[in-house]
This record gives sequence, C-alpha cells and structure tokens, in this order.
Amino acid sequence: MIGVHSRTPALILSLAAVSVVAACSSAATTADAGPPRAGGTLTLAVGSNPDCLDPQQTGTNASLNVGRQLVDSLTDQDPDTGEIKPWLATSWESNADSTSFTFHLRPGVTFSDGTPLDAAAVKTSFDGVKALGAKSLLGLGYLASYRSATVVDPQTVRFDFTTPSAQFLQATSTMSLGILAPAAYQKTPDQRCQGDGLIGSGPFVFGSFKQNSEIVITKRKGYNWGSSLWKHQGEAYLDTVDYKIVPEPGVRTGSLLSGQLSATTEVQPVDEAQFQGNGFSEQTRPNPGIVFNLHANVTKGVLTDERVRQAVSKGINRQEVTDTVLSPNYKPATSILASTTPLHADLSQELAYDPAGATRLLDEDGWVPGPDGIRVKNGQRLSASVLFSSVFNQSQSVLELIQQQLRKIGFDLRIELHTNAEVLQLQQAGNYEFLWYNVTRADPDILRNNFSTKAGNRSKLAPGNPLDAALDQQAASIDPAVRKPAAEQAQRLIVEQAYAIPVFELTQVIAVGPDAHAVGFEASSRLQLFDTWVSGS
Amino acid sequence: MRSYALRRVLQAVVVLWAAFTLSFVILYLLPGDAVLAKLGGGDTATALTPEQIAQARAEYGLDDPWFVQYGKRLAGALHADFGRSIATGDSATHMVLTALPPTLAVAGLGLVLALLFGGGAALAGTYTRAKWLGNLLLSLPPLGISLPVFWVGLVLVQIFSFQLRVLPALGNNGPQSLILPAITLALPTGAVIGQVLAKSLRTQLAEPYIETVRAKGAGRGRVHFGHALRNAAIPVLTMVGVVAGQLLAGSVVTETVFSRDGVGRVTTAAVNAQDIPVVQAVIVLAAFFFVVINLAVDLIYPLLDPRVRCDPAVRVRKELVHG
Repeated sequence: MIGVHSRTPALILSLAAVSVVAACSSAATTADAGPPRAGGTLTLAVGSNPDCLDPQQTGTNASLNVGRQLVDSLTDQDPDTGEIKPWLATSWESNADSTSFTFHLRPGVTFSDGTPLDAAAVKTSFDGVKALGAKSLLGLGYLASYRSATVVDPQTVRFDFTTPSAQFLQATSTMSLGILAPAAYQKTPDQRCQGDGLIGSGPFVFGSFKQNSEIVITKRKGYNWGSSLWKHQGEAYLDTVDYKIVPEPGVRTGSLLSGQLSATTEVQPVDEAQFQGNGFSEQTRPNPGIVFNLHANVTKGVLTDERVRQAVSKGINRQEVTDTVLSPNYKPATSILASTTPLHADLSQELAYDPAGATRLLDEDGWVPGPDGIRVKNGQRLSASVLFSSVFNQSQSVLELIQQQLRKIGFDLRIELHTNAEVLQLQQAGNYEFLWYNVTRADPDILRNNFSTKAGNRSKLAPGNPLDAALDQQAASIDPAVRKPAAEQAQRLIVEQAYAIPVFELTQVIAVGPDAHAVGFEASSRLQLFDTWVSGS
Repeated sequence: MRSYALRRVLQAVVVLWAAFTLSFVILYLLPGDAVLAKLGGGDTATALTPEQIAQARAEYGLDDPWFVQYGKRLAGALHADFGRSIATGDSATHMVLTALPPTLAVAGLGLVLALLFGGGAALAGTYTRAKWLGNLLLSLPPLGISLPVFWVGLVLVQIFSFQLRVLPALGNNGPQSLILPAITLALPTGAVIGQVLAKSLRTQLAEPYIETVRAKGAGRGRVHFGHALRNAAIPVLTMVGVVAGQLLAGSVVTETVFSRDGVGRVTTAAVNAQDIPVVQAVIVLAAFFFVVINLAVDLIYPLLDPRVRCDPAVRVRKELVHG
C-alpha cells in the first residue's frame, strides 16, 4: 500500500521456481531451524473476517483455514500425488459404479467433549451436513446424490448414493465433511457458526472468536490419531494459534516485518518481494480446481461462434498476465484444471499465445477490422462482456490487461464489475456472455459441477454432447485407469472448443517470519498447522 | 420546557422511524439480496439449482412480499430485535452492541483529543502576540481538514508501529491500541473545531462588550478565557454535535486500517453483504446517537448563555445566524 518495490525479475523468477517446487509439500520453511519444538503461539494474519467458523457450512479460505485445524476427516489427500490416504478411516472399499462406500474407522478416537468418534457419530455428522442444504456451500456439491449413511457395526459405516459419485472419496478428505460431535447438532447451525457447539476431534480445539478481530484455537491434549500424511504423530506442536483479522494488505505486511506477527496469508503480488531473502520466506501453492477463466455462454452473441471463442483463447498472452499484473508465484493456466488438481492434463500447447493464429481464424470466419480496429461481420461487432465480482483483488487488473491483448486481434472485451449477489443472479438467469471466476477443489469432478448439462452447465451446452459423456464417465469410477482418460478427454474438449478460456492459476501466497516453521498446505491449498512450530521464546 | 421536551422526543421517534424505513427501502431495492451475496461469495461457489436458492431465501423470509418483510422487521425493531444476521447467523442487535464499546472508546478519546488539538490551536493562535506563531497555529486546522483519514492512519502506523515499534498496529487489546486510531480520528475533527473556535473567538474579541470588560480593568487572560471564550464556545458546541457523527463515520476507516473490531467494521461488512438486519440495527443506533447528542447539546446551551433559556431551539438558531 505504502511503497511499491522494484524487483529484479530474473532473480525472483529463479527464487519462485524453487519455492513453487518446495511448496507442493508441507516442507519446513527454514532448513537450519533445528528439530521441531513443542509449545508457543503462532500469530497468523488473515485478510477477512470469517463470518462463520463451522467448516461444514462455509466456503471462504479465511474460515476453512481455521476449521481445518478443529476437525478430522475420514481420509486425507496427499498434496503431492492427489492420492487418498488413511486418517480416521484405516481402510475403505466401494462398489463398481461408485454408488456405495464403506469405511472402517480407527478405534479409540474421541471428540474434545470426551464422546467417542464411532460409526454412529460419523452418520450423525454426514446426515447433519446433508440437512444443512444450501447452508453447506461445499457439502451440498459433495453430497448431491447422498441417499443415506448406515452403521454397519460400531467401527464401520457405509454411505449410499443415488448416482455414481467417485468424487465422494476425495470429498471425505476435506474439512467440509470433517466430523463434528453429535452434541454439535444439538445446537443450531447459526450457533455453530459462532463456535458454540463446534466440537471436533481435531488437533486443536476452538477457544474464542471475536468478530473482526481475532480467533484463538488451542492444542487438544492427548490427540493421537493424526493423518498418515503428517510428519509427526501425537499432539500438535503449537499450544495456540492466534488468527488476527487484518483487512489492510499493507498493515499485514508491515506487521509481519516489524515482528508483530509470525506469518500472514494473502500476501499481495506487489508486497511479495519484501519477504524474499531477508530471514523471511514465502510458502506458495496454486489452488487446485478450475483456474481463473473466461467461461463462455455459447448461446450468447458472438460467443455462439466456436472460432471466435478459439481466437479469444489464442489472443490471450497468459505469460504476460502473470509477469506483469501478478507475480512469478502465479502460473499461466495449462488446462481448465490447475496443475495441482489430480488428473490434470497438460494442454499448454493448446493454450500458447498465438496472435497470428487468432487473426487467421477471424479472417477466415469473415470478421473484418472496423474503423475503430474492432472487427465486424454483417453489422455485428466482435464484442462480448465479462461479469466478475472482486473476490480476488487483482481480477480487475488482469481483465484490463486481457482487454488490451484482445484489442490487438480486433476483439472488444467489456469488463463489468458486479457484487457477488448480482453475479449469482445474472448467472442463474443465464444472462451473461463471459463469466470470470475460479473454483477450488482437488478433484476433477468439479468440471462436471460447472460444465455438465445435468449440473451447473455454465456454458449452456445442449444435453447429450460428448463433454457430458466424458464427465459422467469420470464420475463413475475411482479407478484411475478409467477416470484418467475420461478426465483428460473432458479437459481437452473444454479447451479445444473454448467452452471456457483458462487464464491463470490462483495461488496462495503466505509470508512466514523467521520464527515460524513448517507452515504447510493441504491438498486444497488450505492451511494445515499440525506440523507447524515456532522457535524462540 | 415540558412541551419542548415532548416535541423533541416526538421528533426523535420520527427520525428513528425514517432512518429505519429508508434503510429498508434502499436495501430492498438494490439488486440481489443477502442470501445471494452469501451463496455467491468465495472461490468455492458450487453450482446451485434455482430450488436450492429459493429454499435458502425462504429460510430467511426473503421470499415474503416487501410489506410483510417490512412489517415483521418493524415489529421486531420495536422490541430492539432486528433479526439474525444472514452472513454470520448471530443476532444483529447483539453484533452491534458488542461492537459498540470499542468504537465508543476510540471515538470518545478521539473527541477529547480533538478538543485539545483544535481548542489548543485556536486559543493559543488567537492569544499569542507573536504574529508568526499565531499564523502558524491558525494554519494548522485547514491543513488538518485536508488530510485524508485513511492516509493519516497508514502514516501513523508506518511511523509509530512499523518503524519505532512503540505502539501496536492491530487489534483491540489494551489502552495502547487506542492511541493511534484516536489520534487519526482527532486530527480532522480537531481541525474543524479549531477553525470554528478561532473564527468565533476573533468575532467575539471584536465585539463592543470586550471593550467594556477591558475598561473595567480585566487582564488579557481574563478577557480571552473568561469572557470571549464563553461566548465563542456556543458555535463550537453546535459543531461537537455534528462531529460526533463524523467520528462514527471515521471509525469505518480507522477500524479497517487498525484492524479493530467495532461498529465501522460491522457496518462495512453488512452493507457489502446486503445484510439488512445488521444494517438496520446500525442505522437505528446511529440515528439514536445523533438524536441524543443533539438533544444534549441543545440542553447545554442555556447553561452557557442565559439568553437561550426561554426557548432554546429558536434562540440558538438566531444566535448561530448572527454569530
């Protein structure tokens, strides 16, 4: 906010390359910090007030970064490979069409109120998420075709679905389907939001929540059922995590540099250089799921023309977007899915900057440059609007750069900023040309959610198209041999037909002070603080 | 006096009702609503079916016709129950009342500092015999007014917290955390008070009665602080009523810059989320404060100026027009 810092791109590029590689695991932030030490407080800044702390209800990072520490999940997902690994469930099996899943629970697990975490508690928790309806923004999608949970025996629980739900296995690893104690459902969802009855079995327990100010969580004594992916077993290292809610990016940066914080999330691209090579470090990880993209409504205006959409994709210089508006920590999209999503297919060839190819496509299609440089055909201008809301700070700048880039091929992109409410309303009404958004999910099934004609269908495609078939196929099997080709086919169709035009991968950038170590990300790029520790007093 | 008080209370009720109604109308007419804002937020938006959205809206009563919603809200408001926040699930009244003490603490200290800064500059600037010093002191208020609160806050944080590390940059913890936000608020407010008081003092000092006081043998200090100040204070008092509102508005900025909880932060979030219950609770509370402060100001006038005693409202206005 206060000072704009110059940087030397070559040096930072190489630093970033190192940090991106390191970021894929929850590696220690400082190599020479010595062995991890138990005790102490991590003071961590977050940029916005998490209105609701219940991980089953919310969808914002500010909130999920807290909720992840309070609840355990049936499974965990390896951030490096995307594989699903044991956590509360030691093993599981599913039927051939992925409509039934059986989990065998680890014995001896208790909630922080002392009650046992058994099959009945798991059932209560999943039924509870389903009952939340639209109040569970993420659970709603994960349990869309949930039929029931059955207690087979005290340590075995079975879930049945009305349609094939391969994505459910990954969903069980998220905090959104983390297990809350039966006592939690004695409280209303609104009460749980404020921390009242927010009882999990996780390595930390809820302490206090002061709106717009801070959230405190403390170590769960006697915790001994950590995920098989974690670096150590037993209790968490930290005694306390103190989340400070600091809306001003410049204040987050200054407070960390002046030693008033241990670490901060949401570092702005312009501030990143201040944490490179001075005892401070950065942890970065691209969000898995759908990258930031221009999602085309193929029933509107010039976007009905496939060649126009393809030309727009070729006319975007993704490298320039990340180099100039963002930072080297952000990567140009190489598919509609981010590189951290399991079964991501590398389509960087198809997404290369090719202005000559774009011009050729438009020329062949009969679009001729008009007096103001924007092409026209039969009196129609080569123009489309893009709707966006300012969830991500840099969206406006990114879109303005894309606007300039597309102008060079004679395409006029009109940028329209709306509130979240308006965007949702316009999107529901189908009243848009391009939508600008991203979605975080560490499973390729998120494509079905947004592209299938039986689900979100944001491109407004006609039913029975080849994309639907590929999306259904990946939803029906957890076997990678079946799922991988189907997921690849879906990504290829979306990119080649330019149903949506991928631009860049949203990246979490965390700056860490000299005393904090092993601040890690889980597979959905949310914070996992179990192995985190602090040195010094 | 009794009918005067009754009239003022009636006026207050009308003001509160108007604030309540206007805020409802504006928020109701805005495109979208709180449920859509909540469901559309974040980068995790799952594709929702129209039925799911309709169900969520029904749960919060947002599918009722406007007059039913308005009636329910008004009936609740009469019992100080503005409903539950759609964004946080907490009671709107509870949210605003919890946020109030920290805001009042900063605003209160800010007002005290503003009176010290502004009053000090105006009194010293008009009292001093050194012309250059007078000019310097009296040029401070216009300077103070021209500084944006946001910028002042960030500069103070930068100097006193990030560089000198003597005061905390964030949070609501302890009296130390009050200092920077209160100074930030006090600068523009104090500047207004300083300008009004300086002008008023000069006007009073030029009045014939000052000659009389001097002729009676009063010293310079007694003339300045005893007689002129007492009369010059009346417009300042009127200003205090106005700047109290400014202090509340300024809290939106200082609470964001200094990461404090308070009414300002609650308001910003509620407006962004179109969270009608919370916005209405804030607006009615703010209107209530305005009414009370202005009533208090009106009742203090007679203590300063006996001429105002018979009909405060009328006389004060005259006073202001002539002063």
